[in-house]
Amino acid sequence: MSQSDRAEKVRHLVDGAVAGDVRSVSRLISLVENEASGYEEAYSMFYGRTGKAKVIGITGPPGGGKSTLVDKLASKLRQLGNRVGVIAVDPTSPFTGGAVLGDRVRMQRHNADPGVFIRSMGTRGHLGGLSRGTAAAVDVLDAAGYDYVLVETVGVGQSEIEISSLSDLVVLLNVPGLGDEIQIIKAGIMEIGDVFVVNKMDRPGADRTKAELEYALDLGHELPRRPKVLMTNAETSEGVAELVAEIDDYYGWLRDSGILEKRRAKHAELVVTRMLADRLMKRLGSEGEDGELAGELYVCVSRRLLTPYEAAERIFKRIIEKGAI
Amino acid sequence: MDRKIRVLVAKPGLDGHDRGAKVVARALRDAGMEVIYTGLRQTPEQIVSAAIQEDVDCVALSILSGAHNHLFPKVVDLLKEKGADDVLVVGGGVIPDEDIPGLVAKGVAAVFTPGTPTTKTAEYIRENIKRK
Repeated sequence: MSQSDRAEKVRHLVDGAVAGDVRSVSRLISLVENEASGYEEAYSMFYGRTGKAKVIGITGPPGGGKSTLVDKLASKLRQLGNRVGVIAVDPTSPFTGGAVLGDRVRMQRHNADPGVFIRSMGTRGHLGGLSRGTAAAVDVLDAAGYDYVLVETVGVGQSEIEISSLSDLVVLLNVPGLGDEIQIIKAGIMEIGDVFVVNKMDRPGADRTKAELEYALDLGHELPRRPKVLMTNAETSEGVAELVAEIDDYYGWLRDSGILEKRRAKHAELVVTRMLADRLMKRLGSEGEDGELAGELYVCVSRRLLTPYEAAERIFKRIIEKGAI
Repeated sequence: MDRKIRVLVAKPGLDGHDRGAKVVARALRDAGMEVIYTGLRQTPEQIVSAAIQEDVDCVALSILSGAHNHLFPKVVDLLKEKGADDVLVVGGGVIPDEDIPGLVAKGVAAVFTPGTPTTKTAEYIRENIKRK
């Protein structure tokens, strides 16, 4: 395909997606997720339209009810007249590269609703609870005019906090019976919630889990506004309306206090520095003498002839000397 | 990077038995594909809508209720209607041999009946997806 044909094709895709054509949105997500030929041009065409969607991250342990809660949040947001995009991430096998993406099972009711777009993604070797392409998929849905984009992480443990580097607001879901309050005062994931949810509120111990979370938040929290702890039963939708109200309220505060803008600037920093790192790595991975030099340095490190720092410094110098990266 | 093959595994119709569909989903996963599993009792409209949102290369349908002659071609037709006729459609389940030629004539690329090794299904999909 010639360059102008390709540009034409990408332009067509972006125009379709921005106009809300579902198939174009879907194709454009694949393009950016796979970093396929033309994705950078596509990005330049639609990025100016992003920044309007409210990006809400939903994270919590495996089996905690994230997909069911996302399903019910989407229903409620639809009722309120919003268009809703959902990105649901599930793990990719480190052995075969395959994945079973099953979050959609809980979201079947929305399949026939044109106001809801759901996309499943495999982590594809990326750690942190998301995939490499998740942020790009969020941008596509944002450009396509979805009012809310709900991003559901893989089931997480204690330190998969990447969701906070892409969401405007994070809902941290807990369930009763996963551990005592020592788990709750540990650092890591407990620090990234803007809204806390105890799901499966009908289960024994739910009140206690809530009390422990409240106690931990009383001891301190990241932002000036103390996050609330809400109870839900996603299965029956109990508490979901209150959760949506709290998300909107907290979101309004994040925006009015200027914290949202700071967060987004921080996110941009992370994205740009990651791309920079990617470029450097690509440059290194290239064949020829630089690739060989890097290979030799790795061997030197493994034989303890150089420290990892020294090797990194030499590679860095080499790239600087060569100029263009 | 190799593009990942994405497959939607879906259960149209009313039978509530998805062991076979799950076995196939797992086998395709082990063959390195991204499998989107949508669960039971889906209408053709829901399946096609999900297939488009997920931008899959293949829709794999499983049915045990006997409604395959109606539901399989319906999925093929709806995909065509939505401009997604480059999606490969395959079927599986309890399908009498005499029904298979009719399904193939209506655009179902292949039908895998009980006893088909799952590796054969994976291989077929890999070799026959229309988008490269």
